[in-house]
Amino acid sequence: MDVQTWTYLLVGITFTLYIGIAIWSRAGSTNDFYVAGGGVSPLANGMATAADWMSAASFISMAGIISFAGYDGSVYLMGWTGGYVLLALLLAPYLRKFGKFTVPDFIGDRYYSKTARIVAVICALIVSFTYVAGQMRGVGVVFSRFLEVDINTGVIIGMVIVLFYAVLGGMKGITYTQVAQYCVLIFAFMVPAIFISIQMTGNPIPQLGMGSQLNDGSGMYLLDKLNGLSTELGFAEYTDGKKSTIDVFMITLALMVGTAGLPHVIVRFFTVKRVKDARKSAGLALLLIAILYTTAPAVSVFARTNMINTVSNKEYASMPQWFKNWETTGLLAFEDKNGDGKIQYVADATKNELTVDRDIMVLANPEIADLPPWVIALVAAGGLAAALSTAAGLLLVISASVSHDLIKKVFVPTISEKGELWAARGAATVAVVIAGYFGINPPGFVAAVVALAFGLAAASFFPAIVLGIFYKKMNKEGAIAGMVIGISLMIFYMLKFKFGIFDGGKEAVASLEKDWWFGISPEGFGSVAMLVNFIISIVIMKFTPPPPEDVQEIVEDIRIPSGAGEASSH
Amino acid sequence: MSDKQKKASAYWRENVRYLFILLAIWFAVSYGAGIIFKDALNQIKMGGFELGFWFAQQGSIYVFVVLIFVYVRLMNSLDKKYGYNE
Repeated sequence: MDVQTWTYLLVGITFTLYIGIAIWSRAGSTNDFYVAGGGVSPLANGMATAADWMSAASFISMAGIISFAGYDGSVYLMGWTGGYVLLALLLAPYLRKFGKFTVPDFIGDRYYSKTARIVAVICALIVSFTYVAGQMRGVGVVFSRFLEVDINTGVIIGMVIVLFYAVLGGMKGITYTQVAQYCVLIFAFMVPAIFISIQMTGNPIPQLGMGSQLNDGSGMYLLDKLNGLSTELGFAEYTDGKKSTIDVFMITLALMVGTAGLPHVIVRFFTVKRVKDARKSAGLALLLIAILYTTAPAVSVFARTNMINTVSNKEYASMPQWFKNWETTGLLAFEDKNGDGKIQYVADATKNELTVDRDIMVLANPEIADLPPWVIALVAAGGLAAALSTAAGLLLVISASVSHDLIKKVFVPTISEKGELWAARGAATVAVVIAGYFGINPPGFVAAVVALAFGLAAASFFPAIVLGIFYKKMNKEGAIAGMVIGISLMIFYMLKFKFGIFDGGKEAVASLEKDWWFGISPEGFGSVAMLVNFIISIVIMKFTPPPPEDVQEIVEDIRIPSGAGEASSH
Repeated sequence: MSDKQKKASAYWRENVRYLFILLAIWFAVSYGAGIIFKDALNQIKMGGFELGFWFAQQGSIYVFVVLIFVYVRLMNSLDKKYGYNE
């Protein structure tokens, strides 16, 4: 069978599986819809969290980005895993004990204020929408490359599937489909990595293969070989990188704190039974995520070495079939500048003849390594699982923010349980349609904004939640001022240095780099905005009245793990 | 302060102490070994890996996983000690 047939087969089987699970686990109540009835086992929750978390960005883009950035790519590896330590130690157990449905629920109750709740809802919507548009786009790319349907048709198919199980099943449906999606995506990521590791180094464990000797008889270490190839072509040493230490530090911090502040991740810890289950499932989630995250840098090294070996200084006419396939998508392009018929792939932009989109590395990797067709098809199914599971989790946050936090808690408190459930389904439908629209007509800046969503989460939620738990005297004035100023500062920095809004638009962005505050890039600025949030909150608190007695009692209560009970809206 | 409150605040103090220790390790392996002292550690080779690079792309992640499970165990026994387990 060829790749095409295998892809139809594997994608068809996995989609049928997801839909079957969704029908089996329909939501009957708002409790089911928002927190899956609160009875999910720690292992199932860990798997669902891992699938929820690992998006098209983790599955498709990350290894590719690292393979071009080398050491600098470490910010994603540490940033997107280290956040779980913060989540497990500082947030998850306490939020579970608090026992409500959403993050704005916590902010609104802890800071005894509708304003705080609305500010939190707006932050949650900004973060989730920017993120979900990127996922729909990822679905479209996979469909267009592997099933040869048009990108727009791909997005629409993806929309229908997500709509089906998110709207029908709510959190309950999503949780159990995500368990299945985790299995699909991790299998799809590991199989080619293991194959290639054996091919290149003889070691079946990619994490070790990355640091092993090549098995071409030279006895040379793979990483030394890659460092040599990189410097030869004028790139930075792979294990060294170009970013300044302070920028690497700040970006890592922003990604870690942003991870801990992302509403679609936090909300998963509302679905388990007891506080100790919340801790344990955070650990399991990170363990399951770490399997992919420690394999990804190995894939990057293999892919980079393989690619350079295949193309560098070789005749264009002798390129293998995958090269031509990707050329037709426009994601790979060759321009023979010196007319010698060979491919010069070098750091110097005036001489370089090959442009490679970073996103194709993971998808093209099995083809570059000449693996069997079913492995290539598996990668397509895995990419779809990663994109769909994250999209569904985000849509749920959006729909809960609207139906629960806005309609039920602010505008129509008298709404019946049934009415709220229908409002949630309606909101999810509208959100899917909007996300699909952006997937089909991506505003040029989707990718940039997705990275910045972490900065926004770091600058807004993280300080408010941590202070709410660890600082009993924190009051609403401090928290609201901190969130508003933190997120505004982040948005300002992003508009100024990422979009060049104040200096003549996109063209000016590159020239503004020297003006970065303290040499910190917009991706790392979330760390600064977070610190500002903390400082503002504490200063304002000192000059305003302390929170009422009963709120201080709530804080004392969430610090004690026993008696968590069911999540409830009362 | 009632006995119940005393117990609660003793529990909280121990919890916060654990957090400080675990987060210090969290900081040391990622920001310390993987970023600030990366160049110095890169002088040391472990198989084909330069050590600073290994911490940044592998080691810190393994330590993160271990940290959470250590935390789970510490807290479970702390809960038992204070009778908060269920």
